[in-house]
Amino acid sequence: MQLQTQTRPKVISVQVMEDRIDAATAIQFKEKMRDVTRDGPARVVLDLARVQFLDSSGLGAIVAVKKLLAPDRTLELACLTPTVEKVFRLTRMDGIFTIHSSLEVAVAHAASA
Amino acid sequence: MQPAPDPDLRTPDLYLVFEADTVSVRQSLRQMLALAPLAGLSVEDRGVAELVLAEVLNNVAEHAYSDGGGTVSVSLARDPAGIRCRVVDRGRAMPGERLPQGHLPGGPDTALEDLPEGGFGWHLIRSLCADLAYTRVDGQNRLGFLLPTNGQGPSDNGDRS
Repeated sequence: MQLQTQTRPKVISVQVMEDRIDAATAIQFKEKMRDVTRDGPARVVLDLARVQFLDSSGLGAIVAVKKLLAPDRTLELACLTPTVEKVFRLTRMDGIFTIHSSLEVAVAHAASA
Repeated sequence: MQPAPDPDLRTPDLYLVFEADTVSVRQSLRQMLALAPLAGLSVEDRGVAELVLAEVLNNVAEHAYSDGGGTVSVSLARDPAGIRCRVVDRGRAMPGERLPQGHLPGGPDTALEDLPEGGFGWHLIRSLCADLAYTRVDGQNRLGFLLPTNGQGPSDNGDRS
C-alpha cells in the first residue's frame, strides 16, 4: 500500500497510489494513514483518484482514519471514481464526509477555512 | 473435498474454485472480470459485479472460514435479466441459518466516535443484487443471486447522471 503525501500550509493531501482498497489491504491502509498523518496540518485530504475499487472493509478503514484524526483534525475526500462514489452513496457515508470534486478544490477549500 | 457445482446452474459460463482468503479472493476477482460472462459487461455493471462478489467472497473468507481455511466455488451464468451467481462453501453456517438483514449501521445523527467501521457488507449486497437466496445443505452454504445488468440495479435506478 503506497501513499504519497504533500504538505501545504494548512492542509496535507494524501494520494493513494494503488487501484484498490479492499479486504486484503484495509488494515495496512489504516496503519499507513496513521503514520503519514501523525504530524502536520489539521486538515487531511485523501485523494482517491487512482482508486477504482473500494469494498466495505476499505470503507471501514477510511471511517476509522477519520475517527483516529478526530477531534482536532479532519479527514476530507477528493476525486472519487464512480464505483467508489457508489459505495459512499449506498452506505450514506457521503453525508458524513466532505467530498471534493478535485484536489485543487479541496486544497482551496481547506486554505480558505 | 471441493464443493460441487451447483445443480441450479447446470451449464455455467464460468466455474471457479479457489481458497477463500482475502488475497486469493482479490486474485480470483481479477480473473473473473477478465473472462466471460463478466468481461462483456459495461464498465458500470462490472464495477457492481466486482463489489457484490468481493463482499460475498470476503464474508466467506472472514466469517464462514474464520476458524480455518477452505475452498469456495463461484458459478456464473448469463440470464436475460443479468448474471446468475452461485457461491458455495463448506464453512460455518450463517447465524440462525439465515442471511443477515443488512440494516445500515449508524444513522445521520450518529456521533463521530460512534460511526460504524463495519457492517456495510450485507447492506451493499442487498442494495445491488436481486433474488438473493441462501440455503444450508449437506454442510454447504449455498448463496444464489442475480446481478442485474444494464445498470438496472434494484435500488439504483433513476439517479444516474
